[in-house]
Amino acid sequence: MKNLARNVRAWFDDRLPVAEAQEFAAHKTVPAHRLSVFYYLGGMTMFFFVIQVVTGIMLMLYYRPSAEEAFESVEFIMTVVPFGWLIRSLHSWSANLMVFFAFVHLATVYFTKSYRKPREMTWVTGCLLLFLAMAFGFSGYLLPWNQLAFFATKVGTDIAGAVPIVGEWALRFLRGGDRVTGGTLSRFYGWHVAILPAITTVLLGIHLMLVQIQGMSVPPKQQEEADGKRPMKFFPDFAMRDLWGWILALGVLAAIAALLPWELGEKADPFAPAFKDIRPEWYFMFMFETLKLVPGGEIAGIEYEAIPILLFSLGGLLMMLVPFLDGKVNRTGRSPAFTFIGILALVYIVGMTAWGYRSLTPLFIVVGTGALMLLLGLATRHDAGPVEGQIEGRKS
Amino acid sequence: MTETTPSGNSRRRFLNWFLGTAAGALTVAVLYPVLRFVSPPEVPEASTNQVEAGPTNDAELLEKGFKIVRFGADPVILVRLSETEYRAFAGTCTHLDCIVEFQKDKQRIWCNCHNGEYNLHGQVVAGPPPKPLEPFKVDLVFKGSGQPQTIVVSRA
Repeated sequence: MKNLARNVRAWFDDRLPVAEAQEFAAHKTVPAHRLSVFYYLGGMTMFFFVIQVVTGIMLMLYYRPSAEEAFESVEFIMTVVPFGWLIRSLHSWSANLMVFFAFVHLATVYFTKSYRKPREMTWVTGCLLLFLAMAFGFSGYLLPWNQLAFFATKVGTDIAGAVPIVGEWALRFLRGGDRVTGGTLSRFYGWHVAILPAITTVLLGIHLMLVQIQGMSVPPKQQEEADGKRPMKFFPDFAMRDLWGWILALGVLAAIAALLPWELGEKADPFAPAFKDIRPEWYFMFMFETLKLVPGGEIAGIEYEAIPILLFSLGGLLMMLVPFLDGKVNRTGRSPAFTFIGILALVYIVGMTAWGYRSLTPLFIVVGTGALMLLLGLATRHDAGPVEGQIEGRKS
Repeated sequence: MTETTPSGNSRRRFLNWFLGTAAGALTVAVLYPVLRFVSPPEVPEASTNQVEAGPTNDAELLEKGFKIVRFGADPVILVRLSETEYRAFAGTCTHLDCIVEFQKDKQRIWCNCHNGEYNLHGQVVAGPPPKPLEPFKVDLVFKGSGQPQTIVVSRA
């Protein structure tokens, strides 16, 4: 047996730089300081992405993307297919947790200024991945073809239509016609299971490659602390903690999915009034609530409702360009103006989201993941210092 | 390797221009059909000018005071104010395309998506809708003695 393993190893050694890869992995380290816990957030987001891929492919085996069959096929998955209810619930919950962790990941990277040189491209690809995650959420929301999804999609695509000049084309492009119909469903399905995954795979590959090449960024304020501590070895120390977090996350996810199964609601009816509590996914809530506040009217041929939409788009673009706008952080390691803007944006987004949910309780997510982060934090804090018996030379 | 003669230079320029143009033309030739393909075609629809919205004693209409009528591919809201008075408007909120409802207790037309409020003439009273609801004409057609009248909705 041992011989066989050695022979296989030798076979690969002859053809690929296996030894070099092993060498690289053995020397890979992660800086140790009191904010090291943030380093797990990206991996956590990716874990939920993997869950999405696996459960998504499973759902594809039964789902049928047409107005006549979509709702019924999801109903079939949830009532007849063994564990169908669980797989669908996992897919929905994991999607939400993935977006949540992507947001937290983004916030921590932003406030620790990790986007500064040389990691601009990592930031930009990360922002694009977040937008993709939101596009996944938006397109996936329609697929069960229920009332909630139908109206959320009508509103969402109509918003695109309010954008000056390209709006009309964008609306028809998204809907596959003038109205939200079975044609829209086909399109959204295509985006959800083919186009978006393809783009995501490429971008995620680049994002991860950049992280591998450049390593973890040390926040400017933690530089001194990190210099004084022995960095944590990636294998096995960091990887084991990652794994521990993922197992914990899987447990939490399974518990939520089982105890709070995702609802299906009523089948979409294009000739029924929108009911109360029509709402998009929570991560669109702050924009949705903003739209409620804008009065009707138009200025210079632009409808008022287009203004917040344009501002949000501009905000997204500026966010993506932050590394290029914030020149000061590269020179001095500080940029309080950007921290301030970030806090304002965060307060607005969190505030409007909370306002949108004044009657509901998605607190489960917040509380649950908060606890998870706390646990991870404790784990890291404990072992971040120099450990006896590790051979890694101390850098000073 | 470098081309120094004038003729060589112009040959290089020509080849570059030729290659660039061919690549550009190829790109356009590929992208144009793709773009056209993904833009949904205009499908002609039979224009609807009039629909029957059922009898005056329709249970849903009596209970809720309104119903959504299929007007071609679009929804129209039919509101019953009294035994003889009916009104109809485009059922799609002018804000972001949701379908409105009539609230009997508050005597208003309401959109649940973003709290748009219209009065019983379809005019905006509060909330984000930018335009009033397009009004439709309602007629009652006599169907014989003892029979309930039929409601007919048509373009105003």
